[in-house]
Amino acid sequence: MTVRPADNAHRPAGTPDASRPSGVPDTDPPGLAEERPDLGPSGPGASGVVGERSPAGPGATVRPAGLRTRWLLAGLGAVLIALVAGVSLGPVSLPPGSVAAELLNLLPGVHLHSGLSEREIAIVTELRLPRVVLGLLVGALLALAGGCYQGVFRNPLADPYLLGVAAGAGLAVTAVIALGAGAGGSLTGMPLTIPLAAFVGSLGAVVMTYLLGAAGGRDRSPATLILAGVAVSAFLAAGQTYLLQRHSDSIQQVYSWLLGRLATAGWHDVRLVLPYFALTAVVVLLHRRELDVLSVGDDEATSLGLHPQRSRYLLIAAASLGTAAAVSASGLIGFVGIIVPHTVRLLAGSSYRVILPLSMLFGGAFLALTDVVARTAAAPAEIPIGVVTALLGGPFFVLVLRTARRVLT
Amino acid sequence: MSASAVELRGLRVELGGTPILAGVDLAVAVGEWVTVIGPNGAGKSTLLRAVGGLLPAPGAVSLFGTPINSLRRRDRARVVATVAQSPVVPAGMSVFDYVLLGRTPYIPALGRESAADLAAVNEVLERLDLGAFGRRELATLSGGERQRVFLARALAQGATLLLLDEPTSALDIGHQQEVLELVDQLRRQHELTVLATMHDLSIAGEYADRLVLLAEGRVAAAGPPQEVLTEALLARHYRANVRVIPGDHGPLVVPVRPR
Repeated sequence: MTVRPADNAHRPAGTPDASRPSGVPDTDPPGLAEERPDLGPSGPGASGVVGERSPAGPGATVRPAGLRTRWLLAGLGAVLIALVAGVSLGPVSLPPGSVAAELLNLLPGVHLHSGLSEREIAIVTELRLPRVVLGLLVGALLALAGGCYQGVFRNPLADPYLLGVAAGAGLAVTAVIALGAGAGGSLTGMPLTIPLAAFVGSLGAVVMTYLLGAAGGRDRSPATLILAGVAVSAFLAAGQTYLLQRHSDSIQQVYSWLLGRLATAGWHDVRLVLPYFALTAVVVLLHRRELDVLSVGDDEATSLGLHPQRSRYLLIAAASLGTAAAVSASGLIGFVGIIVPHTVRLLAGSSYRVILPLSMLFGGAFLALTDVVARTAAAPAEIPIGVVTALLGGPFFVLVLRTARRVLT
Repeated sequence: MSASAVELRGLRVELGGTPILAGVDLAVAVGEWVTVIGPNGAGKSTLLRAVGGLLPAPGAVSLFGTPINSLRRRDRARVVATVAQSPVVPAGMSVFDYVLLGRTPYIPALGRESAADLAAVNEVLERLDLGAFGRRELATLSGGERQRVFLARALAQGATLLLLDEPTSALDIGHQQEVLELVDQLRRQHELTVLATMHDLSIAGEYADRLVLLAEGRVAAAGPPQEVLTEALLARHYRANVRVIPGDHGPLVVPVRPR
């Protein structure tokens, strides 16, 4: 028997056995050629053409799952529509064409005449645009974090609030509103703002969940972490309920925060969220292929050369940071983080290379558009945006579920 | 003489305080097919997991002369490929994308696959007669077809050591033979080393060069099939009443109802 030397075990990348065109006779190991005629079903298929076929050959080969251009364009289109619609519609309606021109004027080197007055331009750039951009960022973050959690936990029910973010932020904000009001807006001498409290509360809860879930050893299954999240959420929610019960005068204020709204404080919030958005987007999107590998489970991912646990914690940290930033800017907006990734999965494909970037685009567009409804439907009053996301998104998702060709398993 | 493909020296594994493997020695030569048999709970799957690097076994496992602990995961994945007993079938994933997962150890950590990776996948699909299945969803394939796809992923990994954990347990008798014949062809074509576990003793003996009988975490017997598949050994370790009949490719084990 011909024996292959052991140094084959350390062949460089790209020269594995399988990519060796063994169908081409001259690369067959000597002494094995005579066995080729009776190779059975695989013999004829492995004839000389195989090794020469170009992987990008016209129509001959299958492309790997990836973001198709038309879906990318659809996503970008949705964002642009949301941008123009979000800036045009409001108490003072502005013509979309003029708004589009004015938005283009923001690009360096572009000078178009939009026909808007000085005051209308101020409405566009200082009032509405920041709010729409914030909606895009928050929606993108929530949908991206949701898609990421679903991949990391291999659980279709995972959403960005899974590990206690909502309960942590809820408790912290309730504490600031209920207790802070009595103490003149400050606790322990430090002025605490609601966004800061929400941010710290969210991250605190995730850290608590992590410490509890990982306490039994890092080799525990992801389910341990989810259950720890359930326990932490229940614990923190109990604290919040107790506080609300004792300070019922602050219920209205707490609830208006819990149901979510996009702030209108100019560009301030956008500037606060942007760095977290960038960090989360970069980390999560870089791992989009790895999330596909993780879908075969930790054992198989390990034998394919990955560190599933390491990737999992890195991705959880990045997604939680982004979620905390989104929550601190806009309160608890439900639904986006779970429904947008699933809609994308059903319509465009189940690879995370597709789900993650498209969730960002469509999540952002969806939230910016729901915000339009939230502030115009009952004008001059605003409907909490969390109510609108579920009210519009629910029926839409059911429609997608019933008509999509793909199935959820 | 080159180093063995697999060398186990005093492999001990405890899971949750219970000893599963209590000092196993085993050497598998390059190009050899060794099948581990043994009753339920004997530690067959655990042995395979240790060889695949999924369980820590400091100092006990060497692959092609290199201690497994000194291999980085990616390098290990280029040396040894595992087909799990019942691999996860990700929802919505196409056969092509599934086999492409096998190229993971060659794709930069956060990068994307190269043309060479795609070529490798296409070639493996053709070789395993799966060319027409590339676009299909893996979940829609039959058991026999899936098993070929699982094999294709392992082959795409380009590893020369193949670990098969009960590769035929989900298949009917015809597909069992088909899959094992395929493995044997691939082994000869590519000089693969195969370390498998199996429950069906006759089939195990027909395809393996050597059998290793594992019982209570130790090697109870090892050698050519005719030396391991004896009525006495099977009665002792499986508590089974069997008749062993000589066959063309190895002994045939027939269960017989005890009187």
